[in-house]
Amino acid sequence: MAEITIQDIIKKENLVYTKSKVMTDATLSYCPGCGHGTAHRLIAEVIEEMDIQSQTVGVCPVGCSVLMYNFLDLDMQQAAHGRAPAVATAIKRLMPEKFVFTYQGDGDLAAIGTAETIHACNRGENIVIIFVNNGIYGMTGGQMAPTTLKGMPSSTCPYGRDIEMMGNPLKMTELVAQLAGTYYVTRQSVHSPRNVRRAKKAIRLAFENQKLKRGVSFVEIVSNCNSGWKLPPVKANEWMEENMFPFYPLGDIKVDGEIVSK
Amino acid sequence: MAKIRGAILVDVEACKGCGVCIPACPQDVLDLAKEVNGKGYNYSYMKNPEACIGCANCAIVCPDGVISVYKVKVA
Repeated sequence: MAEITIQDIIKKENLVYTKSKVMTDATLSYCPGCGHGTAHRLIAEVIEEMDIQSQTVGVCPVGCSVLMYNFLDLDMQQAAHGRAPAVATAIKRLMPEKFVFTYQGDGDLAAIGTAETIHACNRGENIVIIFVNNGIYGMTGGQMAPTTLKGMPSSTCPYGRDIEMMGNPLKMTELVAQLAGTYYVTRQSVHSPRNVRRAKKAIRLAFENQKLKRGVSFVEIVSNCNSGWKLPPVKANEWMEENMFPFYPLGDIKVDGEIVSK
Repeated sequence: MAKIRGAILVDVEACKGCGVCIPACPQDVLDLAKEVNGKGYNYSYMKNPEACIGCANCAIVCPDGVISVYKVKVA
């Protein structure tokens, strides 16, 4: 048997995985190791697999992912800070045949946009909400967010979040699972191959639910913010496993309109 | 039994050298290069290409989607 070289393997017909065509060629503006890039790619892959690129409208938030419209080759609408679910509601009601999703961070969805999120979920708008939770305001310099963990340092609480003074971290996903309008609520992460595969299945299910007009599908992605947490990328992922997951446990919270975990 | 051989192609200029792909590899194929790309990042490369099985774990965790995976069956 002749020895096979790398050049023999790297041929078009042997390709098993490459970046989705729904992503543009623009270099992502995120820090090295940021989970936003993986989350974008999963959305792009799901849209490519479902062949709904021309029927999808995304709503960008304010935050690190504000430039998302540069990275996804989709129709995108920019919303004011926190107002993405309200804008998505309007788009979906005016164009019910389109697939509409919002992509929001924790500062956007869980702080300034709490009212819009809760009411859109309670009304049961037929949209997909992707919520990327890294427990910090990444874009503006790592300030404390509503989702910052107890004792977690940030630039506005350098000695760690003090519950007595700053209040408790907010579990937005458990909160919206209680509302009658949500159909599918889940929490995933994108830091390891296994979790990426699960997150992709969750996003796929969310878009399938929208096709069947089932109500809000809410997918939280617990992500890292290595710049805000001041850790190297791989260490940030380890820190996330040790500290974020005990408070934000991964898994489905509501499936087919029934709460499956407390 | 047919043997699987894989290989990856890294878009060197787009790689940000975060290293998330390195612990994701079950075969310990990847490492960061000593050389840097145009942006000054130590990019990811196959230090042990014979061991690659083309599982695509590195590519699916890559935040920047710079890895393409190729796989062949060797008789």
